[in-house]
Parts: sequence; C-alpha cells; structure tokens
Amino acid sequence: MLAKTGVPSPKEIRRCLPARERRSAGPVAVIECLERIPCDPCQFLCPQGAIRPFANLNELPRLDEERCTGCGACISGCPGLAIFVVDEGFSEAEALVKLPYEFRPVPEKRREVWALDREGNRLCRAVVIAVRRNANLTNVISLAVPKSLAARVRNILPEEGLYGR
Amino acid sequence: MRIENHPILTFPERKRVPFSFDGREIEGREGEPIAAALLAAGVRVFSYSPKYHRPRGFFCAVGRCASCLMEVNGAANVRICVTPLEEGMKVRTQRRAEKLK
Amino acid sequence: MIQTDIAVIGGGPAGLSAALSAAACGARVTLIDNGLRLGGQLIKQTHRFFGANDFYAGLRGFEIAERLVREIRKIDRIDILSPASVTGIYEDGVLTVAAERSSRRVKPKKVVVATGASENMIPFQNNDLPGVYGAGAVQTLMNLYGVLPGSRVLVVGAGNIGLIVSYQLLQAGVRVEAVVESQGRIGGYGVHASKIRRSGVPIYTRHSIRSVNGGEGVEEAVIAAVDQKMRWQEGTEKKFRVDAVCLAAGLSPLVDLLWMTGCRMRFVRELGGYVALRDRNLRTTVETIYIAGDAAGIEEATSAMIEGKLAGLSAALSLRPHNPGSQRELGELHSQLARFRDNPAGKKAARGIRKASLPGRQEEKC
Repeated sequence: MLAKTGVPSPKEIRRCLPARERRSAGPVAVIECLERIPCDPCQFLCPQGAIRPFANLNELPRLDEERCTGCGACISGCPGLAIFVVDEGFSEAEALVKLPYEFRPVPEKRREVWALDREGNRLCRAVVIAVRRNANLTNVISLAVPKSLAARVRNILPEEGLYGR
Repeated sequence: MRIENHPILTFPERKRVPFSFDGREIEGREGEPIAAALLAAGVRVFSYSPKYHRPRGFFCAVGRCASCLMEVNGAANVRICVTPLEEGMKVRTQRRAEKLK
Repeated sequence: MIQTDIAVIGGGPAGLSAALSAAACGARVTLIDNGLRLGGQLIKQTHRFFGANDFYAGLRGFEIAERLVREIRKIDRIDILSPASVTGIYEDGVLTVAAERSSRRVKPKKVVVATGASENMIPFQNNDLPGVYGAGAVQTLMNLYGVLPGSRVLVVGAGNIGLIVSYQLLQAGVRVEAVVESQGRIGGYGVHASKIRRSGVPIYTRHSIRSVNGGEGVEEAVIAAVDQKMRWQEGTEKKFRVDAVCLAAGLSPLVDLLWMTGCRMRFVRELGGYVALRDRNLRTTVETIYIAGDAAGIEEATSAMIEGKLAGLSAALSLRPHNPGSQRELGELHSQLARFRDNPAGKKAARGIRKASLPGRQEEKC
C-alpha cells in the first residue's frame, strides 16, 4: 500500500510472499497485510498455530511458513480479505491460488473465469478447481493458474458485465 | 431497480402493495420508506426548487435535508424518506412547502 | 416528565454501549434515538470489522448492532424512546423530546450525548441534482431496503467510508466508475482500497469533483486534478457517464445539543470540527454531561463502543459511591482505547483528543 494507492508495491509483496522454494513445496499462506491497524483475529484462525501470537493489537501478522499447511482457514477469517494461499507445486505447469470472494454469482467448480491482478486487470483465463461456501459468507475460490502468475492473481471475474464492468 | 441477489444480505420479505403517485398507480413494498419505493420505480425527481425550478430528489435518507417533502394522504410536507409505505397511500408532489392544514 | 438516572442521546454503537454499561452499574437509563431502528450507522455495515478478537472482530457491522440491541432489550432498567428526537437540553437539566405525534420531557441526573456525526457537503456545480447522494443515504437504500441508487456511480472520498461504500456498491451489482480523493493519498485503510482496486475500480488521488451535468438528474460527472492548495489544474478534466454521485467527503460531529448546554467547546481539526472539551472519563465542563462516539470526535465504530462503555460507566459511577473495582474497570477501558489507537490512524485521533482534553490528574471522584 505504499503511496496509498490500494495496491501493494513489489517491495511490499516480496515482504509477505514466501520464497519460491517454499511455494513449490506445497500450499502456503500469503498474508498481504501491510499496514498497522488494530486487528488481530488471524492469530486465532490457524489450526496449526502458524500465525504467531500478537504482542500488540496493531502489529503485522507473522507467518511460520514451516507450520503452515496452506489449508486456507485464515482466508475467510481475515476481516480485510487480505490473506491468500498459493501452491506452486500443484502441477507441472500450474499453481493453485485460493482467494476470498464476496460477490455473486459464485462460480461453479470447473467453470472458467478471468483471473485478475491486484489492479483488476485480466491476466488469463483460469479454471475453478474448488469453491468453499462459508457460513460467514466469505467464500473461498481455488483457481488453477499458470505458475508464473501465482503471485499476481488475486481476484476473479466470472462473467462479462460483473461489477458492472 | 431492486437488488435481486445479494452476497451478504437477505432482505425481509415485504408484501407488494399498490399506491398512487401523482395519480399514477405504482407498486412498492409495504413498510419501506415511500422514497425507496419511488426510486425503485424509477422516480428520481421529487420536487422542484421554488425560485429557479431546479429538480430536487432524494439526498440524506434520514429526514434532515427537506429535499423529499411530498403530500401524503392529504398531509403536506411529509418527509417521505422516513415515512413507511402503506397500501393505497396517495402520494403527490408539491410545488413548494405547502401550508399545513 | 420522565425521571431517570441517565439519559443516553443516540442509539448507535456509542449510545447502545453507554446504555448497557450504565445499566450494568444499576442505573435507570432512558435511551433516545431518532432512527427508524436502533443501531445507528452499524446496521448498514456489511463488511467484517477489525479490532480485537475478543471484541467483535470479524463480525459484520449489522451483526454487532443486532447483538447490542438484543442485549438492550433484555434489560428492564433501560427504557427506549424511539423514534424520538431530543430537541433541547435546558439549563434546568430537562431534555425536550419530540416523537412522531407527541412530545415528552425527560429529567435525567446525567446525560450521555452520543449523537454521532453528519456528512459534509462539498460545493460543485449542479450538486443539487437528483442522483447526488450522501454515502449514508446510499447505504440506507442498498443495505436496508435493497434498492439501487443508480447503475453507474462516482464516489467522492477515499476515506474508510468512501472505500467501504464503493465495495458495497460492487456487491450490489453497481458499476463504480471511479473513486476520487482530493488528498495525495487514500485516507482509509489500505485493505479496504485493495478490495476495490482488484475489482478494477480506479482511485484518482489529488482529484476532486468539479461538476455534474444532466437534465432531470445526474447524467455525467466531471472530475479534475487539484494541487495541494486545492486549486484546479486546468486541462486535467475527466468525464464519467454516471447516474449517481456518492459523497463521502468526511464527517462532522453533531454537537448542537452540546452547544446548548454551555459546555466548553473547541474546534479540533483532527476530530472533524467543534467538539466538547472532556476529562479522561468523557465528562464535559458541565458536570452532568458526558460524550461518546463520533459526537466526541470522528473516529470509528470500535472506539465509539469503547467510549460509550466508558462514558456510561463514568456517568453511572458518579451517581453511586466510589469503589475500587470501578477504578479498575475505567482503567481497563482506557487501556483498550490506548491499544486501539496505537497505530498511524489512531495516533491522529489521539492528537485530536489531547487538544480536546481538560487538564487534570487521574480521575478522582468519577
């Protein structure tokens, strides 16, 4: 959120993106929370305890990448919708990206959608691998994308004309 | 226009009721503010300013700005943004703030 | 004449919290609110709240409102006058209250003023056209009544409210053409901005709205760049075909009743305008009058709730003999507020609060 445009800078993203080695080893959380605000529920969301306990309500979350299994429980619990999971070991050519989704329509499994970057630009077509509809209404969409785009895909566009666009 | 399918909210079921607006019969939902019913029916101009005849409409939604005053069932200067719609209401636009009866 | 221990004016997060904490202390409370429903601005909030895990974090605003209202209704000691408007606080301590078809008078021993804030209007050509709405009005239409304010909207203001309403518009299926912000940076939380940026909504900082055009309503909005002194930069105009403009250009505390009481007021920019001076426990220079929430200074719903608790407790304790447990409770609430404000946004509010604070030592008799 440097320069406060609402889009993290590459430097900021590098701070929260686990190293390639870890990303290729299996699913891992990417916590794009870059600003000190009073908010701490994420530390309680992880069943593995991979988000370290906060000493102060305003500190930035720190992820224990070894403990993290990429289960995605944190994705729908983060009030800022700032947590994602990437798995660059998903297949030979593809990575899996899990992202929070609070729009309608919720796409069905196996549907093809547009994968968008942090500025809403269309990066590629992607297949919905799984959809988890949560009781708290923050659904989680799992998307297969080209490996090289795993660190950029952060939203989807299921149909033309959605978001009125 | 009404929201059909919201990702977070479920709107309470409200009975569809007819009412009249400047002699025209339109439909709204019982209990919603008259202003919401008019907006949903595509009516955006609620009055005209007294001197320059400029169109005025919905603005604050909380009964503070006086932009939405209309005559309802014969009563003048009703703030329709905070007045619940009832079946058969007769709603009329006013030219200016009218005399109270 | 209604006799009561504590009158709480305003049934939003601050007022509801004040009523609950005062009643928990044994006080009789009369809660007066002028909305069609209790809950203030909370009832329209669909986003997940931040804050501490043990204090509503993760819950959506309207869920928090539901919980607070449920709690209130369980307590016999809390009487509710709603919808009803306090039209004056007089020298003899009497409140005049106007309801739909009646008027009442209330004689409280103490008053908590939690009247919230009003939206700022900004000048631009044709800003009186139908289709120009305040952010609160857009939320009311969409989130309470399921009616769309338009199909293509320009949002003015990238503070938390502008960003949140933009996201709500998207969720309602409305196209948000752009958000404009006159400052050089987004005023709200980065994560709120990220949610709309990744849906393709551009945010134009150092821009403001110059005019809207249309026959019987908004049909087009014109924005242009401004410099640090808010002067228009010629040749930078951009036009958007929109049918609604949503104004989220800041809030000002609603302090008319406080002016009536004669308590000391000060203009504090960081708090959004004129506010009452207050001690640590939110009592003004009129010893029967307390404040909480946006009426005490523009901030957030979470700080409003904590302040409400503090003011309600403080007012109730002033009616009862002093005891050590109460100091601890007050101390705990002060700590919560300090923790909540220990970040860039909170530090700005804290600066404002210092300017509005009465000098004095640690609270003696509450």
